[in-house]
Amino acid sequence: MKPASFRYISATSLEHALSLKAEYGDDAKFLAGGQSLIPTMNFRLARPAILIDLNRIDGLGATRPCDGGGARVGALTRYRTLERDAGFAGMFPLIAEALPHIAHPQIRNRGTIGGNLSHADPASELPAVAVALGARFHVQSTKQQRWCDASNFFVGGLTTDLQSDEMLVEVELPAPKPRTGSCFMEIARRRGDFAIAGVAATMTLGERDECIHVRLVFCGVGETPADASSVAEILRGHAPTEQAIRDVAAAAQAMIDPSGSVHATADYQRHIAGVLTERALQTAYQRARHGH
Amino acid sequence: MDIDDHEITISVNGVRYQRRVESRMLLSDFLRHDLGLAGTHVGCEHGVCGACTVLLDGQPVRSCLMFAVQAEKHEISTVEGVAGGDGEYHPLQQAMHDHHGLQCGYCTPGILMTMTAFLEENRSPSEEEVREALSGNLCRCTGYQNIVDAVMAAAKRMRG
Amino acid sequence: MSTRTFGEPIKRNEDRRLLTGQALFIDDVELPGMLHAAFLRSQVAHARIRKIDVSRALRRPGVVAAYVADDLGDYWKPGPLLVPPPPIAGIVFNQRTQVPLAKNKVRHVGEPLVIVIAESRYIAEDALDDIDIELEQLPAVVDIEQGLKAGSALVHEDLDSNVSAHVRQTKGNYATAAAKADHIIKRQFRYEHGISSPIETRGVVAQWDKRANQMTIWDTTQAPVFIRNGLAGMLGLSERQVRVIAPFVGGGFGPKIMMFYPEEVLLPWVSMKLNRPIKWIEDRLEHFFATTHERGQIHDAEMALTRDGRILGIKDVFLHDGGAYDPYGLTVPINSQCTLLGPYVVPNYDSTFTQVFTNLTLVTPYRGAGRQHGVFVMERLLDFAAHELNIDRAEIRRRNLIPADAFPYKNEIIFQDFQPLEYDSGNYEPVLDMALKAIGYNAFREEQAAARRQGRHLGIGVACYVEGTGIGPYEGAKVQVQSNGKVSIATGIGTQGQGHFTVFAQIAADQLGVAVTDVDVVTGDTDQFYWGAGTFASRGAVVAGNAVNEASKVVRKKALKLASDLFECAEEDLVLEDGKVSIVGIPEKFVRLGDLAGRANPMRGAVQPGTEPGLESTQYFGPPMGATANGVHAMIVEMDPRTFDLKILKYVVVHDCGTVINPMILAGQIHGGVAQGIGNAFYEKLVFDDQGQLLNASLADYLLPTALEVPRVELGHTVTKSPLNPMGIKGAGEAGAIPVGPLFAQAIEDALDLERRGVELLEIPLSPSRLFELTRNAPG
Repeated sequence: MKPASFRYISATSLEHALSLKAEYGDDAKFLAGGQSLIPTMNFRLARPAILIDLNRIDGLGATRPCDGGGARVGALTRYRTLERDAGFAGMFPLIAEALPHIAHPQIRNRGTIGGNLSHADPASELPAVAVALGARFHVQSTKQQRWCDASNFFVGGLTTDLQSDEMLVEVELPAPKPRTGSCFMEIARRRGDFAIAGVAATMTLGERDECIHVRLVFCGVGETPADASSVAEILRGHAPTEQAIRDVAAAAQAMIDPSGSVHATADYQRHIAGVLTERALQTAYQRARHGH
Repeated sequence: MDIDDHEITISVNGVRYQRRVESRMLLSDFLRHDLGLAGTHVGCEHGVCGACTVLLDGQPVRSCLMFAVQAEKHEISTVEGVAGGDGEYHPLQQAMHDHHGLQCGYCTPGILMTMTAFLEENRSPSEEEVREALSGNLCRCTGYQNIVDAVMAAAKRMRG
Repeated sequence: MSTRTFGEPIKRNEDRRLLTGQALFIDDVELPGMLHAAFLRSQVAHARIRKIDVSRALRRPGVVAAYVADDLGDYWKPGPLLVPPPPIAGIVFNQRTQVPLAKNKVRHVGEPLVIVIAESRYIAEDALDDIDIELEQLPAVVDIEQGLKAGSALVHEDLDSNVSAHVRQTKGNYATAAAKADHIIKRQFRYEHGISSPIETRGVVAQWDKRANQMTIWDTTQAPVFIRNGLAGMLGLSERQVRVIAPFVGGGFGPKIMMFYPEEVLLPWVSMKLNRPIKWIEDRLEHFFATTHERGQIHDAEMALTRDGRILGIKDVFLHDGGAYDPYGLTVPINSQCTLLGPYVVPNYDSTFTQVFTNLTLVTPYRGAGRQHGVFVMERLLDFAAHELNIDRAEIRRRNLIPADAFPYKNEIIFQDFQPLEYDSGNYEPVLDMALKAIGYNAFREEQAAARRQGRHLGIGVACYVEGTGIGPYEGAKVQVQSNGKVSIATGIGTQGQGHFTVFAQIAADQLGVAVTDVDVVTGDTDQFYWGAGTFASRGAVVAGNAVNEASKVVRKKALKLASDLFECAEEDLVLEDGKVSIVGIPEKFVRLGDLAGRANPMRGAVQPGTEPGLESTQYFGPPMGATANGVHAMIVEMDPRTFDLKILKYVVVHDCGTVINPMILAGQIHGGVAQGIGNAFYEKLVFDDQGQLLNASLADYLLPTALEVPRVELGHTVTKSPLNPMGIKGAGEAGAIPVGPLFAQAIEDALDLERRGVELLEIPLSPSRLFELTRNAPG
């Protein structure tokens, strides 16, 4: 299990990295944390001709507040950096709750936010979380820079909206509104495994504890994060009842299209998605009420 | 294709090494076969078993999921550097010995690297925290119980 | 005599090297001029080989050689039959053993086709892509039931079916017993065991020294002596010319035993051919195909009982997946057949099995070695009998236990060691009582009801087993006092973490009055000890341990004799402790053991006729048959009734393996066995498609339990000595792993109230997804 040969170039700046990518296109891959890329190279399932190492670019791993609240997370930010950042965790409890489900500490020390999102594994937690939070991705090439909504970024299994000369350089996370509760839950065979099904839910309450905003996004049950927020709309305008939440779960189950795996049948995945929906919405609701 | 190789300088357990490496050389292979630091073990080469865990600037990482060339100018720590210069055990090594925390010993170097770093951050861990920190290292012999006990005992000793 | 270390939790001698990264494992062997091997392996399960062309590979810079089957000439031959079929009347056995490189046909995914030798493993793997190969794919035999049907593809086309073996063994007369029974339980069971997956994979380094005419082979084998003898024969060398070293080995659990794996056969040959040292280290992907598996059996079983729950007889007909070749004979299914009987009185038994060839990796023993399968059938039958006869699950077991005064207990049928199955000793009821007490069995129903009122679903399981351990034929040991006063022990078995460097040292230390740390043990080096069988069947401590004891006793006697000559006193007046022999009551009058060793090899003077020089002895020990250990596991689980997430709240093992040498090491063996049992019961499953492709060949998808899945295990011991060896030891290596499957099935059924809901768990492994499928149509 040794990787095939490749040419290694350590990019010295973002511009350098982008110009290399513009030059080599699909023959080149960015090397960020490498925690998904290198295993596939060791299995020789991936054989990039050129690796552009981003790890020595200053500033790509910075997290900073953005104007009008929220935060901007640099693509090279390691999971563990966010995990250790109490302020960040306080602002984005949904991310804080999802992070421990991502592999193991050794992987989280190395793996990066941008690498994870660009890899777009269907079972991965962060893409679903990013969609649920309404994140925007700052994408750059030598020619242009643009913003892409997370909900438009993931176009298929391991496929994103990124063009062959582009890089995801920063993730913008809007600050959650007051009285927002969130919950991330997943079922995996063992902690740290990819999810059989996972769900990221957020709910914002009005003055009378009525639901005024709700997001519900699954991971692991389709090629891309499955945004089921539309079926949760029925919760809007009322304090969510158990029955209403059950109805949302049933509608979400009908909406998703899991494929099954060696670990779970599609029916079990769908069943789990329903159970998790109930539990996560209920938890998000309670957290919103109690200001957690 | 011509061999793509690079001159690198890295520090392992405080010793500086300068070597020429092919880009694709995994850090695990480089440590073991180029530097002769064979205490770092290789179990899966896809980042699951944890046997190859080393410290990169103090943080545990899988050395099978890094290329040696990426370690340029970084500080690496391996199992060979865990004991004191006079061979005196680190408290975790002592506790692993005392609590029979190893059988075949193959996963042990990775566990020592992961858990010594963990203990640096958390001197008063709960058993659940220890198990969580340990969950990225597979052991097929011990059932983990004695390793958990060893880490708890080492934590106690390190608290003084 | 010094303080006895035998029976004490002595810390291990081998730890320091392992804890400091200084132990030599196979991949740490570095030799000047060493080349590296990689194998082109079949990616399909069953195919005719049309063409293999390595010429492009040979042109790649850094590639030294590439060989296909035809290049091997007369060296190419099927491997030996390692374990011939036991002497059972009417047995059918079709011997088809594995080959070094596939010729004409491939029979499982991963079977090697080409060995490539290059300057580095990286280049060797590059070259695999350069090999042009044409395979004509054939339908694969994957399912054992389908494989026996007329018209099935044939794994071995010179046979008229896929039957590898067919065996019937009986005790009493089941049909007569069943005719008199009040109640008959009849079910079909499916039990699959997985792969051992040690954290260190296999590896071989071969070094032919042309000048010295000497072959040295480092091998992760559990049985170095057999490897030496076999390879010497194959290579046309004398055994003296071949040295096999099993260095520190990173876990074995069965599949690292002597198989004459293709890589073991090929590397020495290539090394002679190229006159260069060659290294091959199995990578994790190869391990999933190239190292033997255990896999599945399907049992159609019935149990005849009286209405008060006493077993009258059992009938079992089962199919066993043997894989593509059967060099290991019938060890696994015979273990299933025999171990099924458990600690119970079963007056009548009629068991028939068919071992089936499939286009899958070979099946050989993996920790438990088929015992799990049998225990699952027995324990589940008892559970269903208990339910239908309205008897408590623990109580039905108690009623059927073999009474303490019935030993030695004869089960008549032939065991894997070819001897009639006989339990040497045992006292089963106290073991069950201890386990029930430790798990809180009597209070549990109340606890369960209280938890249920809070919406928590708890369940309990109790499972019993026996384990035939410590089988022959024999092992030997050489114990030697060095002139520096330290003791060295050499034995022929290999070691993979069992603590042999410590337990053998304890045995010798007690006999010779030295510290355990002053005893140096060498295992697995054929130049250090010539004879032996290997480490398997929970036999190391029993068989080699007793050999160490015998040899140590002789050395002790020699030391005392020499000292008595020196001091001109009677041996009875001497005391051997703290590394010296002194006269009782006159501690200042002493001689050090090291000095006695010198005296035992004098430079001048005459020695008495018949005197053996040196303070050393080599002794062998062979038990007449295997010793039978036993135990009970009990567990309380909590299930999430909607997600089928499982949490183990309490796990108890009570175990009797006779005299305990080192309780700390014994506990470690049990803990590790339980962890593997948990993996088998709920996490680890080899998933094949209908073409024989393994769909989860990575450690990301083949789920070894982590520290979060394995609970704390509470241990209890009773001691019933084995009469079959002077130390009274029974083996313990496999006990932890054996009864975990039925325990899970029972506890999960209990937690989810499945008896009432009409769902029976008849298979292992289970998983949340599988439990969902099994229960989805059941009433709530």
